[in-house]
Amino acid sequence: MTTVETAVGTAKTMVLNMGPQHPSTHGVLRILLELDGETVVKAVPDLGYLHTGIEKSCEDKTYSQAITLTDRMDYLNPLGNNLVYCLAVEKLLGLEIPKRAQYIRVMMVELQRISSHLVWLGTHAIDLGAMTVFLYCFREREEILKIFELFTGQRMMTSYIRIGGLALDPPAGWRQAVERFLKMMPSRVDEYETLLTENRIWIGRTKGVGYISAEDAIGLSMTGPTLRAAGVAYDNRKAFPYSSYEEFKFDVPTRTESDCYARYLVRVAEMRESLKIIRQAFEKIKDEGAIQADAPGIIPPQREKMKTEMEALIYHFKIFTEGFSPAPGEVFVTVESPRGELGCFIASDGSPKPLRVHFRGPSYINLQALPKLIEGQLISDVIACIGTIDIVLGEVDR
Amino acid sequence: MTESSSQNSNVVAECLRSWNPKAVVEVIEFRGETTIVVPRELLRATAERCRGDAKLQYNLLTDATCVDRTPAEPRFELNYHLVSIPRREKVRLRVWLGGNDPVVDSLVSVWPGANWLEREIYDLFGIRFLGHPDLRRILLPDDWEGHPLRRDYPVEGYRDVPNTGELFRKSSTP
Repeated sequence: MTTVETAVGTAKTMVLNMGPQHPSTHGVLRILLELDGETVVKAVPDLGYLHTGIEKSCEDKTYSQAITLTDRMDYLNPLGNNLVYCLAVEKLLGLEIPKRAQYIRVMMVELQRISSHLVWLGTHAIDLGAMTVFLYCFREREEILKIFELFTGQRMMTSYIRIGGLALDPPAGWRQAVERFLKMMPSRVDEYETLLTENRIWIGRTKGVGYISAEDAIGLSMTGPTLRAAGVAYDNRKAFPYSSYEEFKFDVPTRTESDCYARYLVRVAEMRESLKIIRQAFEKIKDEGAIQADAPGIIPPQREKMKTEMEALIYHFKIFTEGFSPAPGEVFVTVESPRGELGCFIASDGSPKPLRVHFRGPSYINLQALPKLIEGQLISDVIACIGTIDIVLGEVDR
Repeated sequence: MTESSSQNSNVVAECLRSWNPKAVVEVIEFRGETTIVVPRELLRATAERCRGDAKLQYNLLTDATCVDRTPAEPRFELNYHLVSIPRREKVRLRVWLGGNDPVVDSLVSVWPGANWLEREIYDLFGIRFLGHPDLRRILLPDDWEGHPLRRDYPVEGYRDVPNTGELFRKSSTP
């Protein structure tokens, strides 16, 4: 339905419709490209093909019911979405989360970051013609999904992080599984680098492609690896630490070239940093301890208690029928998702259902810079640029 | 943490007040977050000040969103979340808009990133932004009726959608 006003006039240029069913858009993104020969003169993204009204649905659910919806926004980062939503509700309630639960959250979210970067690297490489990397990346991603399955019972839509803590205690044998992964992964990251970092075709396709200056990137509200590749070391884990990130030692990788190749290097370096964080969290997590805050009326009671104590049964009944009512007010919480700053805004009017839930999806906002990246470039570079801003359409359209 | 951010609020509010005493209607503190309520006609000027002032340096507009508080009036509450990357501080600017006349100045000239954020609010809440370069619907089709995130828009929509059983029976009869 979107009409394009041509920039140069109709005689010289043609308008090409790319998507919504194009394999390199990783979902249903449509871009209208105005071409002069092979050069992109103007690009107009057209979104909304995956709009599911998650924010509206949240208003019709109690606070705890909405967690399952958050899984489905950025489907490569369900744990991160759970985390930002739960942090926002916890801030609204003023809950204190036990340290053990915070460390497990950090470990899971960092595993998720690696798995998301692996999907990004694999699909980005296959778009640019490097088939092998895709198979390698998905091999390691499978190992992470197995860890998720062990912890949560689900490979993707985990709903593991709950308001006030976690859904389940870590299962027996989790240490061996994570330890095995931590031993295996560093050499695997080296493997990807062997395939790509000095590969002449890879450099040819990505170096100097899709440049954006740091000033433009901040102006366009870009965050995440795309902004860090432009030389701005802005990372929510450092700038506004949440979930005890201030206790972890890690670096924020940055580059200054701000092209597709720099973004690739930043993300690969981030995988290595995440491994460091997972190792530290692994050592910090004690074998015994609470995984949920002490907040009757908000956290569902344990099954055993619910069967034997009247008060627990009443709480159980109230939580699952009516829900709980936080104080009226608004909170905005941001975390660092694999794609950038993921924010959750909740407005409460003091009733058991939120008045408004809004998600600041980094994919949506980073995508805004796409025309800036590709205008004046060749049409083949469009694919490289869509790849390096790393969008997930489920989050763009919500 | 609460202490430092309340000090921060003083910095922002004082800085804005010393520039224009009318710019700050109210300062709200909740859970360590600072909200500065700005009059509608001064929004763009205040935003420019927040971005450009050497003491504030709110260079990143991270989010903009709307809350519909119907039946209360003024009905719409616009929230702009600003981040200062050099100072590592956050603040929220808030503007109230009446239900009859939900119009406000666009901030695209201050932060180009406001473009899609404002289009989303226009699409889902029907708030018009003056001076926006490309105010079209973004998530919904161009011919969509109404603005679904308003509180008076039913969750299931306005149109009757036949249930799957009905569809199945219709398709299986010759």
